[in-house]
Amino acid sequence: MQAESSRAWGLAHHFDNFEQQREASYLGMWVFLVTEIMFFGGLFTAYVVYRSANARAFALGSKELDITLGAFNTAVLIGSSLTMALAVWAAQQGKRKQIALFLVLTILLGGVFLGVKVVEYRAKIDHHLLPGPDFHFPVTEVDEILGVQEGNVEMFFNLYFAMTGLHALHMIIGIGVLLVMVVLALRGSFSRKNHNLVECMGLYWHFVDIVWIFLFPLLYLLGRNI
Amino acid sequence: MWKNFPLFPDKATELAGEVDQLTFVFLAIALFFSLLVATLVVYFAIRYRRRSEGQIGEVEETGIWLEIVWSAIPLVILLGMFFWGAKIYIKAYRPPSDAVEYFVTGKQWMWKFQHPEGNREINHLHVPVGQRIRLTMTSEDVIHSFFVPAFRVKADVLPGRYTSIWFEANKTGTFTLFCAEFCGAEHSQMLGSIIVMEPQDYEQWLAQGQPEKGVISSGEALFSKYVCNTCHYPDSAARAPILHGIWGEEVVLGDGESVVVDANYVRESILEPTAKLVKGYQPLMPTYQGQVSEEELVQLISYVRSLTSGTAESQDSTAVGDSNESEGQ
Amino acid sequence: MSAEATTNLPRRVNYLNVDHGVKSWLLTKDHKRIAILYLVSISFFFAIGGLMASLIRLELATPAGDLVQADVYNRLFTAHGVIMIFLFLIPSIPAVLGNFLIPIMIGAKDLAFPKLNLASWYVYNLGAALMMWALLRGGADTGWTFYTPYSSMYANSEVILTALGAFIVGFSSIMTGLNFIVTIHRMRAPGLTWFRLPLFVWAHYATSLIQVLGTPVVAIAILLVAAERLLHIGIFDPAVGGDPVLFQHLFWFYSHPAVYIMILPSMGVMSELVTAFSRKRIFGYRFVAFSSLAIAVLGFLVWGHHLFVSSQSILAGVIFSVLTMLVAVPSAVKVFNWTATLYKGSISWETPMLYAIGYVGLFVIGGLTGTMLATLGFDIHVHDTYFVVAHFHYIMVGGAVMGYLGGLHFWWPKITGRLYPAFWSKISALLIFVGFNLTFFPQFVVGYLGMPRRYHAYPEEFQVLNVLSSAGATVLAVGYILPTIYFIWSMRYGERAGANPWGAYGLEWQIPSPPPTHNFEEKPVVTTEAYDYYTLKEKRVA
Repeated sequence: MQAESSRAWGLAHHFDNFEQQREASYLGMWVFLVTEIMFFGGLFTAYVVYRSANARAFALGSKELDITLGAFNTAVLIGSSLTMALAVWAAQQGKRKQIALFLVLTILLGGVFLGVKVVEYRAKIDHHLLPGPDFHFPVTEVDEILGVQEGNVEMFFNLYFAMTGLHALHMIIGIGVLLVMVVLALRGSFSRKNHNLVECMGLYWHFVDIVWIFLFPLLYLLGRNI
Repeated sequence: MWKNFPLFPDKATELAGEVDQLTFVFLAIALFFSLLVATLVVYFAIRYRRRSEGQIGEVEETGIWLEIVWSAIPLVILLGMFFWGAKIYIKAYRPPSDAVEYFVTGKQWMWKFQHPEGNREINHLHVPVGQRIRLTMTSEDVIHSFFVPAFRVKADVLPGRYTSIWFEANKTGTFTLFCAEFCGAEHSQMLGSIIVMEPQDYEQWLAQGQPEKGVISSGEALFSKYVCNTCHYPDSAARAPILHGIWGEEVVLGDGESVVVDANYVRESILEPTAKLVKGYQPLMPTYQGQVSEEELVQLISYVRSLTSGTAESQDSTAVGDSNESEGQ
Repeated sequence: MSAEATTNLPRRVNYLNVDHGVKSWLLTKDHKRIAILYLVSISFFFAIGGLMASLIRLELATPAGDLVQADVYNRLFTAHGVIMIFLFLIPSIPAVLGNFLIPIMIGAKDLAFPKLNLASWYVYNLGAALMMWALLRGGADTGWTFYTPYSSMYANSEVILTALGAFIVGFSSIMTGLNFIVTIHRMRAPGLTWFRLPLFVWAHYATSLIQVLGTPVVAIAILLVAAERLLHIGIFDPAVGGDPVLFQHLFWFYSHPAVYIMILPSMGVMSELVTAFSRKRIFGYRFVAFSSLAIAVLGFLVWGHHLFVSSQSILAGVIFSVLTMLVAVPSAVKVFNWTATLYKGSISWETPMLYAIGYVGLFVIGGLTGTMLATLGFDIHVHDTYFVVAHFHYIMVGGAVMGYLGGLHFWWPKITGRLYPAFWSKISALLIFVGFNLTFFPQFVVGYLGMPRRYHAYPEEFQVLNVLSSAGATVLAVGYILPTIYFIWSMRYGERAGANPWGAYGLEWQIPSPPPTHNFEEKPVVTTEAYDYYTLKEKRVA
């Protein structure tokens, strides 16, 4: 189509035009998010199967979680989704400085989330709620009569750590990519025509946010009223 | 090495005959379609071979009706085979109610058997011919699979729950038992044999064996040992479901669901009493997880079962010695 | 690029000679070079997996376990399964032939994400390296299925490393699938509508859907097993209320569709071979195209047939059985359409066509025995026996590997620009067909007799059939070694192939062999249906 020399900067050699490039990267991102859904889906399946088998033990485990910190973190993540959306908006307008600003804000909010997560994990470890040889959960006599065993509660924490850990890993990777993008934004790599990376990262960040929106009620809220 | 070269496995149950019949018919169908396709492919490849360098194939229109026909014919045949196969499957996995229950425990790498009369065996199981036998099976470690080719039966043996399979041998002899699910280093040595005997020989064999307490009476003893009888007995003061006459019945649970009383339910009720509480009862019973062994569990379950089928609450009172020893552990 | 300077030399610049040096290969973003990288990797692992297979067959030549110890044998068959499935079959056709051909077949310069494509090769090798490291440390002994609780609590071997290797290789498969989906959606040449696509592309599209949807689930299941072993937590351990059968569900939810990841691309190759060597449009194009999608979709609904004897409820067994029967229909549709395509064709007996004809025969046997296994009453008896082993080798080797070799023979002149010796290649096709049947047909019989799979030693009455099988494996091995020799030989000494040595239809045959780096000098515009030999001939005459 176009001669090599007249090709716009930022358009990869194998695409005909920016539109094709943009559509390809969006579709790619969506397909990637589908794989992510399937990935978390396996864990959610395990959670549903085991929760239905050990409802009371899971509720007891759930009670050990700090609902205040969980709710705070939910708010923080939703805030970070907002700043991420603003970064995408800035990219569409071609406003470089604002892209960088909103990306930095997103990173900060993500960092706050992870910091709170560390505090929560630390508290669980101190209370011997980390699955493994050190795990200890005092099951009251009443609960024992109700069929709750320490192992069932441990299963809750297995899944708690697996699910929130995997989620946190996604956050860490996301923050890493955002850091690179801040540098790119300051260097002026994004233009009104070419800002696929920002948009794709926006999709990713919202996805990670949505996973948490499911994790929070499943792990923190369900069955607290026992 | 040419002796002992069978092309078809031994047949020792009625089910084996039925499975073989299915096999023969299916083989005929498979052979027909394989030959049909092979013949057509080879015939076309020769008949329409390229005769000149520039030659191309003839242009042809797709025949919709042809597509429909060759989708529908396999579908109809396969659905027919499906129904036939499902019938056999349901028969194989639904033990008849009059089957005598034997217990099987798999562990790396041996089979442990317990007769209803209390006799125990390792890797060999003696059974009478012409008797319907139900095997209730569990594993002490990994997953195993109970497979007797001559009977055409197979079922996985899982840790933590019971699975069952049944058979009725119709000829005497010794039949190989394989473990069919990979279970570790000596998987291929986890063999056993089912020795099918004439009923009178079997009686004789039973009598020769160390006279032990029957499974049911052992269960009865455990029933008192673990003080189950203080609550689960008609004249007890505490309120707990009476176990007489409930086996095989459906009971309604607290949450409105219902469940059939079988080995898995009784097992769960002993190990996790509150998991499926019968409607109208309080969650008072403590768990026995970790206190009763697999073998004691089957004895207790047999006893509970006997309370319904009424097979004598105190048979084989000749029992000698304490049967609570656990072998080979 | 330096290419410009050399265009006026008589020797054409192509993707092979455009650049030299190790770096130009290891950092390439050209889909064709990445395909070659994959070809080298998977050939290496095929050899290792084949070596394991030879040792297994050697051990089974006698009933006693006399060649290696039981524990070693278990590690051998595990390594054979893991290597052949994760490192050879799953990437074989998509990552080599698909990678090379899909952009060309749709008239694109490259895949949508060239860097991702290269990354997938590195990820693949990273996973493979972990597995090889595990193997050097003794390997795993759980079978490629990693069933819990054996794998998580009892096995005393390198389960974690092997599982992590499989986990990582899974990501390379996801990357390839994602790349194909986006490329096929967004990069097609003008005029190339969905129903003008070569069926090879359709088959890969269906395959990619499975890769993208299924692989993550097995990845998380494998990760949980590794976590269970490593951290001593019990997700599948019955002692803490876990369910070992849940693992089987998660595992087969992916791993059954994974079977279709292996076989679907070979069906795509078949459609290309049958049309090219009959010089004829495929019979029932849309039926063949949609049957690929039907197989992909139905493939996700049948995993429970691996659990017919695993304490699944009778109802579940019945449902999974009937759903499995349904998968047979689109497979049968393909076979009948290929056969009908031969009718009144212009059939030439070149080597790739020999593979295609062999494929049909073996696939029919593999497919029909598959429907037998789906029949509940029959499956109780043969589940986990050699009947199953024979069945899936008919599909995986008789199908997928025959398809792969057929495709490699078909496109080798395009990939390398050289022809291989016709005589020897026909001999090897024949050896593979005969050797294959001799190896695996007796296993149907020995399976029905009751020989369970994964047995290190076996009762004497099974010996005759096992000896036959081992003898066949020897023939098969020779059949596989031959192509290795003449393919390598042909790269230097083979006769030069023109752009279109077979007189075949398709965009890939309209560009030089080997193709230039960007595939097309100018963007092709497609005006005809796929396999339109009639128009092609008229054009030539005109």
